[in-house]
Amino acid sequence: MNSVLDYLRGNHAAVLDALGQHVVLAVVPLLIGAVVALPLGYLGVRFRWLYQPLLNVSGVVYSIPSLAVFVTLPYVLGTRILSPVNIVVALAIYTVALMARTVSDGLRAVDPALTEAATAMGYTRTRRLVGVELPLALPVVLAGLRVAAVSNISLVSVGALLGVGGLGALFTRGLQLAYPAPIVVGIVLSVLLAAVADLLIVALQRATTPWTRLAERRS
Amino acid sequence: MDDTPYLLDPSHWDWSVAGSIPHLLLAHLGYTALSVLVGALIALPLGMLIGHTGRGAFLAINAGNAGRSLPTLGLLSLLVTLMSIGFLPVLIALVVLVVPPILTSTYAGLRSVDPNAVDAARGMGMSGLQVLLRVELPMALPVVFGGLRAGVLQVVSTATVAAYTGLSGLGRLLVDGLALNDYGRVVAGAVVVAALAIALDLLLGLVQRRVVSPGISGRGLGRSRPARPVAESPLDAGVL
Repeated sequence: MNSVLDYLRGNHAAVLDALGQHVVLAVVPLLIGAVVALPLGYLGVRFRWLYQPLLNVSGVVYSIPSLAVFVTLPYVLGTRILSPVNIVVALAIYTVALMARTVSDGLRAVDPALTEAATAMGYTRTRRLVGVELPLALPVVLAGLRVAAVSNISLVSVGALLGVGGLGALFTRGLQLAYPAPIVVGIVLSVLLAAVADLLIVALQRATTPWTRLAERRS
Repeated sequence: MDDTPYLLDPSHWDWSVAGSIPHLLLAHLGYTALSVLVGALIALPLGMLIGHTGRGAFLAINAGNAGRSLPTLGLLSLLVTLMSIGFLPVLIALVVLVVPPILTSTYAGLRSVDPNAVDAARGMGMSGLQVLLRVELPMALPVVFGGLRAGVLQVVSTATVAAYTGLSGLGRLLVDGLALNDYGRVVAGAVVVAALAIALDLLLGLVQRRVVSPGISGRGLGRSRPARPVAESPLDAGVL
């Protein structure tokens, strides 16, 4: 315990740098992935035959080990192996694989009576999607976002094996020095970061979908 | 240097050469099988106990989230640093990572079983254990399999990373290739490990089809869709 505090005292600048890099490497791909997954998930609902292939492709992509994706991307993208772009693109791909599916499921779960009512009220297809279907699908979509955020934050550190990994740098350093203090600091910060991200998305969900709480109170 | 890609060079597939791809593949499969087996022996009974009795639900629900947020490389590094190099710290790390998805999905699967079916089984005079093994578990299997598949993927992936701590397995190609700037070796490792992960997942999907009763999965009943949505892929376990 003391060695952990000593380590923090001596290296707080480096630890904060690693933490900052970790946040950027996790959040940027999360946003990119979510933006790509929304239209993809919608296509899986609009064209029903696309749903099953979408599920299969995301299942296959999701099953590829992260390190394999990290090391192959420089080859595919033509980036340098030390470039953070590799990590960002890899995690964005995982985010899409996780979320395209939840977006589709969320939209499919919307009560048809509600979409029919919206149509009867004169909503165009686009307005109905943005004003009725997407908000009602939000709890499911945000549940997917929570899983993606937490798994992104955990995966970033694997990037340390390629030299870009936020808090992962603390793990490789501790391993090389056979010194557990930086590793403990890294694990604690990474888990805390995941918990904070999770709570933030829950708060976002509460703020954007007040009707779900209303339904809970009534039941 | 010749132009044959690392992956296609026959000498890298030669069984008599130590450290060739088949050796690494076999080692990787061995680590995966052992840690999934140990993990399942812990998580399945525990999940069944919690799901059947309803006690300790808090543990089962939060295990999944906690397991997902634990950085795999950090856990590996910590155990290896504390216990020295070798297979045991890696095995412990892999087991720690495979328990949460199986535990959470076993619990969730048992909870998702129609309570009417459980009541009917009790009414027929089944004992608690019979209800669990003959009614609840078979009906929960699709969800349990989702967790098992997620766990297997997690282990295959983490065993790759474990090469950094000196372990054998397919991760060796990635880690050594990076260290030697031998890009052919890195790509070969990435391709083989990705193929292994996909193949294992497909295999478990086939096992799932064979093991899950058609009455549960909706297959072979002339119905196009099951009566209730069932988990079909590891992604489902992720969203639980």
